[in-house]
Amino acid sequence: MAKVPVQFTLNGSEKAEFIESGTTLLHALRDKIGDTSPKGGCHQGTCGACSVIIDGELRLSCLTLAETCSGADIKTTAGLAEGGVLHPLQRAFLDAFATQCGFCTPGMIMAAKVLLDRTPNPSREDVVEALSGNICRCTGYEPIVQAVLTAARANSQNAA
Amino acid sequence: MAIRRGRGVAAINYPTGMNLGGDPTQALVHSTPTGNFMVTLSSVDLGQGMKQIMAQICAEMIGVPTDRVIIDTADTDTGPHCMGTFASRGTHRAGNAVIQAAKEARQVMLEVAAEELEVNASDLETDGQGNIQVKGAPQKSISIFDVALSAHFKRGRSISGRGMFLIPRSYPEKETGAMKPSTCYAHACTVAEVEVDDETGEVTVLTVKNVFEIGRALNPKMVEQQLVGGSWMGISHALYETTEPYYPNRDHGGTDFNQYLMPGPGDLAETEIIVLERPSADGPFGAKGPGEMCANPQIPAVANAVFDAVGVRIDTLPITPERILRALKAQAAG
Ligand code: FES
Ligand code: FES
Repeated sequence: MAKVPVQFTLNGSEKAEFIESGTTLLHALRDKIGDTSPKGGCHQGTCGACSVIIDGELRLSCLTLAETCSGADIKTTAGLAEGGVLHPLQRAFLDAFATQCGFCTPGMIMAAKVLLDRTPNPSREDVVEALSGNICRCTGYEPIVQAVLTAARANSQNAA
Repeated sequence: MAIRRGRGVAAINYPTGMNLGGDPTQALVHSTPTGNFMVTLSSVDLGQGMKQIMAQICAEMIGVPTDRVIIDTADTDTGPHCMGTFASRGTHRAGNAVIQAAKEARQVMLEVAAEELEVNASDLETDGQGNIQVKGAPQKSISIFDVALSAHFKRGRSISGRGMFLIPRSYPEKETGAMKPSTCYAHACTVAEVEVDDETGEVTVLTVKNVFEIGRALNPKMVEQQLVGGSWMGISHALYETTEPYYPNRDHGGTDFNQYLMPGPGDLAETEIIVLERPSADGPFGAKGPGEMCANPQIPAVANAVFDAVGVRIDTLPITPERILRALKAQAAG
């Protein structure tokens, strides 16, 4: 199949690749660019493990064609830490023991980030709603919900 | 037609590991030239935290901080033999093997330190911070870093040890059939409260209160994490999950996450976890296997709660609305 050029910003740096038409963003990120933070859990839009942020919106990278992302601003969990300092969400997930096998974690963190970007002081219901597209086998969800609420509190304290 | 409440109780005991044709795990421990310690295993960490626990055990035995221990797991081609990570056996079997391997390595380490300090190895102790000192005279000491350098570059010794833990196979007695399937058991008890809609057959779990007896909790936060996730998974097994809803018939089995049901973050029951620690006689530092048993007692507790609520015994899992409605219909038909 013919290759097509795509160019986008990934976690602040410019990326350009030739990809086969029809390649998913998940495949392009993991296997071409080497950002393995989005995980492929189902490849059909039902688990949320592949979630990334495209132009501020939460997107499933397994259902997004890479060629539709030209010019986009893409963020993944791999780009959250700054200068070796973990993002408040990452810190909160660690402190709350909200990750076991870790497979769902990057997707959960992306979903939580979009929530907190828009709703800095979410209710428990807001958090549950925001995470409802993400499946976790291990934690029983409660530690994840708590981690997101803790990160929100930490953010608002820093802002105050 | 109404929403009916019920409460159910269940208690379980759960074996740590299995009675296979003998149940072994082996471990190797050796020091790097800088006095870090490497634990080689073929046991697998699949998210339950085995690497952390094995690092804690090795560190405790050798006398170094946990971050000085490196765990290499899960290569069954090259690692020492392990039967695998299943049946809640990882901490118990691999932990005991690591203890034995670390003991042997520690002995060599103390012998090298003794030569350096010109004392008897039996007069030495570790301070847990990476130093070896003379008992009662801590000013006479040497760092494990320096001991490792000496062993590697001066004394030509390998600070290493071999560990082996084997639960031998238990054969049933011919007369009675009695046997010893396991050497230690974890225990749990759950009280579940449910609401059952007798019109739709839908079950909502309101609360689950769990008490788990798990031997010694080697890492209490990780134990809690396991128990919280396990309790949720138990409810999921009780009410939702199956690959063969009409077993043994395979029809209508879920093939993806659209069809294979699991409760999400919006379906959480109010959950309480209490941990009792009764150290086991043969576990590493008294540990048992809390892994799988923590997802068990919720299932009979929910089944009993459903019976308490609507008077029907569902003995096939999961307890779906369909099964409840069919049972209610059969009950009404007398
Ligand atoms: S891999 Fe994209 S939703 Fe599961
Ligand atoms: S931590 Fe394993 S799937 Fe969520």
